[in-house]
Parts: sequence; C-alpha cells; structure tokens
Amino acid sequence: MSWLDEFPAMDKSSLRELKKGIDGGFRAWTREHGDTIEAIFEPLKQMLIWSEKLLLNTPWPIILGAIVAIAWFGSRSWKITLTTFLTLVFIGYFDMWEDTMRTISMMFVCTFVSIVLGIPIGIAMSKSNKLQAVITPILDIMQTMPGFVYLIPVVMLLGIGKVPGLLAVVVYAIPPIIRLTNLGIRLVDKEVLEAADAFGSSGWQRLKNVQIPLAMPTIMAGINQTIMMALALVVIASMIGVQGLGQPVLQAINNQYFTLGAFNGLAIVGIAIIFDRVSQAYGKRLQAHSEVVHGN
Amino acid sequence: METDASFAAGALESTSAESTTAGSREGIEVRGLYKIFGPKGRDFVDAVRNGMSKQELQEEHGHVLGLKDINLSMAAGSIQVVMGLSGSGKSTLIRHINRLIDPTVGEVLVGGDDVCKMGKKALRNFRRHHTAMVFQKFALLPHRTVIDNVVYGLELQGVDEAKQQSEARRWIDRVGLSGFEDNYPNQLSGGMQQRVGLARALTNDAPLLLMDEAFSALDPLIRMDMQSVLLDLQQELHKTIVFITHDLDEALRLGDRIAILRDGEVIQEGTGQDIVLNPADEYIQNFVKEVNRGRVILAESVMQPGHNTAASEQVEQTASLETCARVMSVAGTNVANVTNDQGDVIGHVQMDATIAAMVEQDTRHTSAP
Repeated sequence: MSWLDEFPAMDKSSLRELKKGIDGGFRAWTREHGDTIEAIFEPLKQMLIWSEKLLLNTPWPIILGAIVAIAWFGSRSWKITLTTFLTLVFIGYFDMWEDTMRTISMMFVCTFVSIVLGIPIGIAMSKSNKLQAVITPILDIMQTMPGFVYLIPVVMLLGIGKVPGLLAVVVYAIPPIIRLTNLGIRLVDKEVLEAADAFGSSGWQRLKNVQIPLAMPTIMAGINQTIMMALALVVIASMIGVQGLGQPVLQAINNQYFTLGAFNGLAIVGIAIIFDRVSQAYGKRLQAHSEVVHGN
Repeated sequence: METDASFAAGALESTSAESTTAGSREGIEVRGLYKIFGPKGRDFVDAVRNGMSKQELQEEHGHVLGLKDINLSMAAGSIQVVMGLSGSGKSTLIRHINRLIDPTVGEVLVGGDDVCKMGKKALRNFRRHHTAMVFQKFALLPHRTVIDNVVYGLELQGVDEAKQQSEARRWIDRVGLSGFEDNYPNQLSGGMQQRVGLARALTNDAPLLLMDEAFSALDPLIRMDMQSVLLDLQQELHKTIVFITHDLDEALRLGDRIAILRDGEVIQEGTGQDIVLNPADEYIQNFVKEVNRGRVILAESVMQPGHNTAASEQVEQTASLETCARVMSVAGTNVANVTNDQGDVIGHVQMDATIAAMVEQDTRHTSAP
C-alpha cells in the first residue's frame, strides 16, 4: 500500500532525464539561433541605450524641469506637480539621481514597447471571440507566473543585460494593457457604434472615430497598470544585470544594509507614485466629457 | 428651457435656401421581408410561412421570429410611421432599411435598388448619401462637440471642411441650437441632445430619414416640441421619413400613413383616420380607445353631400373635427361648408354630427372618398 502514503511520482532518473532533455534542447536551440535572435533585438538595445544616455547626459535641472512639466500638463494639479518636484529633489539629494534615471529610462522603454504591442493585440482581441478565448489564458499565465521564472529562459537566450531585462519586464507588464484595450472596446455603447455604421463608417473610421476615443479612459487605466508593473519588475530584473534602483536594493539584501535598501526602496515608491498619479489624473481628464450627465 | 422661438425664426429665414434633396426623392418598398434570429434562421422561413407560431419557433427550435412577411410601400416625401409595443419588431424593421440588420429573406427597395443585395462598398455609399438616422438614446459621440457631431456624416462623405462647417452651422441654427456649437453633448439636456441628433441627420442631406423612437426618451412637452420641429422641417424638405414609435398620439400626429406591428407582423396599415375609424382588430381598438378623435378624424369623414346655402362658414376637407367645431362655435352657427384644396365646396358638416363623431366610440360611416 505504499502508493497511498506517497504520490506515485515519476521515477527520479526519468524525471531528471526529462528536465535535462528539455533544457538541453532549448540550450542547443539558443546556441544555434542566438545570433539571429540578438540581431532581431538589436534595435531595442539601441533604443534602450539611447534613452538611458539621453537621461544621464542631459543636465539634471533640465530633466527635473521636464518631468515636473509633464506632471503639470498631464494632471493640471498643483498638488501632484509639487509632490513630483519634492520627490525628485529628495532622490537627487540622497545621491540616487543616476540610478533613478536608469530605472525611469528602462521603465519608459518597457512601457512604450508594451503599448505599441499591447494596443493592437487588444484591438484584435476585441474583434474576435475566438482570439479572446486563445489569448486570455496566455495572459493569465503571464501574470501569475513568478517574475523570476521568466528570467531563466531569457538569460539562456540572450545572456544578462538590458535586452533580456526588457523582455522579462514586457512579458510581465503587457497583460493589463491588452486586457483593458479589449475590455474598453467591447464596452463601447452599441447604439453609438450603430450610429457610426448608419452614417456609413468604414471599419477603420469606426475604430478611429468611435471605438478608440470612447475606450480611451479604459485604455489609460491599462497604461497606468502597465507602468506600475513595469516598475515593479525593473527592480527584480536587477538580478539579471539591469542597472538602476534595483541593484542597490539587491546589494542591500545580500549585505544586510538596511538604510541603503530603505532609501532606494523609497525612491522607487516615489517615482511609482509620480507616474501613477500623473497618468491617472490624465486618464480622468480624458473622461471629462464621456460621462453622461443629462438625458438617458 | 428649449429654444423654440429661435427655431421658428430660423425656419422663416431660410426657407429659400432649401432642399438640395428635392430632386432625388426616393420611396421605399419592402417586399416579403422575414427576419428570424438564430443560427439557422433560413431553415425556418418555410415553416413560418406555413403557419408556425412565434412561440413554437422559440420553444421548440430556439429561434426568435423578428419579422414575418412584411410588405410595405412608403411613398417618397411622406412620413411613414411604424407603430408597435416593445418586442413587436419595429426597431428591427427600421434597421433593415439601411441594413444595420440583414434580412433572412425579402427585399428592401429604395429608389429601385435592393439594399439587401448591395456589396460592402455600395452599402457604405448608400448609407453615406441616401440615409440618415436618428436614435432613441441620441447616440452622439460624447468626445466631440455639438458641431463636430453634426459634421459627422459629411466628414464620412469626404466633403471639404469649409462646406462641412457651414452646412453644420446652418442646421444647428435650424434646430434652434445656435450658440451651443462648442458644447459637449453631456452639457446639454435630453431634448437639446436630440436636436443635435436631428441636426446631424439633416446635415447629411439624405433623401431618407430614419427615426428610431427618436422622441421616446424625451419629456412629453419637449416631445411635442420636437414633433413640431420635425413637421415644420418636413413641410419644406419633403424627405421620405420612417418614424418608429410606441405612442399612438405621436403616430397620429406625425404619420401620413401608419403601419401597426405586432409580433413581427403588420396588422394594419393606413392613414391615421383609417385606423381610428376602422381598427382592424381588438388589439388596435384598445389602442384607439384613448385617442382624441377630434384631432384625428377629418371633416370629409362626417361631411354630408351638397352645398348648404345657409352656411356662412367654410372649412377645408382636411380640417380636423376639432377645428370644424371651433369654427362653427366661434361663428355661432350649426353648419359649415366643406371645401377641397381648390376652394370648391364639396359638402357641408353639421355641428351635432361633428360632436357625435368626436365622442362616439363605435365607428360611424359617412365616409367620403
């Protein structure tokens, strides 16, 4: 009756063979195609390098001014703008400016890639129930799989550095933008769509004039979520050599430097709050005329 | 408050600059139209034709009968009202005219072309140039201002921007919304939003105007107001208007002809007076009971032949009984002569017969041709 006490598992040697086989196969595949794949991602790498250089080489007062200006034009709120300014001053004063710029650069590129890929996928998904049925479970896997697990095949494929970091972050951060684009478009008022059809809109005109604008507040909520998730994973990605605020945190964990960890942790919280508040306030402003006040 | 005064002023001013559509009037001919909702609707057409009931179709085959053998002929330049309660298929019917819904079988001919046979591109062009639609819940684009909503049809037609703007402003003015061009829909009241919906449809400059319960979401007073707006505009535009409603008073006020729909079938079609005087069945009779007969029945229906030499007053044959009674009572007489549209006397009405017809429930046949 031994099978009752212990789950009848695959025997140890076959299991080891199985894992070895898969890993070996994947490794062989990456060795064979590694160069091609690296070449494919070369433009992304250039983009990452360019954006990081831009943020690091520009004198800090200009960057500070630019971020504060974005905060103002995005939110039109003095409170948010002032918070942004003070947070950045705090970060700079405690000598975390460079790492913060690296993190913002990485987050910015990751968010950009997620939006560029995610919105078209979300639109396609909203048009086809079949596609939605296929993509939804994939998104579920992407969101629930622990972040570290993505890092392994990515490192096997591309080694450590910026591009693998970017891939891992995008895989983690892209689901909300896809989901919410899909949802936003599906929730567009049927009667307004009917009106667009009745006046003779083509498919593209319908998308451009009605579906995207009406789904925009929901899509903005997706972008906000994507930014937050990108920021969260940028820190974890420091384990595969992504520079920025994550690395001092990692160092602090290894050496039990509480203050170093806390300062960098707070800097991450600070920029997270800035981007969250600004993108939310912007989304809310977009919504200003979409709410039905009269009639209906 | 609605700005009816400014509308009326606009109406007087711009009567001359009117009607580019008058030359291209189009009637609508609906022939043998069936709509059965469900994955295999076509398979049940014959069964329905041979008398399968809506219930049987739904309970045993899981398909919904939307429309059954609709045959309607809507004259160019007239207002055709389609009336029915919710679920009668009236909204389904109007959506077949611009093919927002595809029929199961049947034809919808507009100006001789079968809308149901058009390809994608032809259909889009047909919708852009031949039809415009007004919706029950307005269906305005919330992110666009009033004027940007109103230009929508012209924008799709590819009309140049200056023309878009001037046309839109003209119609915004005509529906009494001048000064609200740059407001967003959610800043306007329901009645004003529907004026935007109407202006958007009229700016499209299409011979066909489809109105799906266009005024049903409005307060009674504003609804009356909008009905007047529509009737005044129609006086000079002579579009072919299909108007859907569940309200018999509205149907009688607007419709040159009225079709009554129940369970997807037309159960009576005729002028308002026909329906009030000769309801086809008990169902319609129940509707008609509450109607103000004095406004619907015309002088010609209670007219007796012959010129009455004692009569000092004259009424037109298309005057309502209410008008006849008013004319006679103001003049303190009991008889008035009835004239046709040329002004010739074709008969006379008596006060007692007029009042009897106004209050009587059962039909009273003195019908003239």
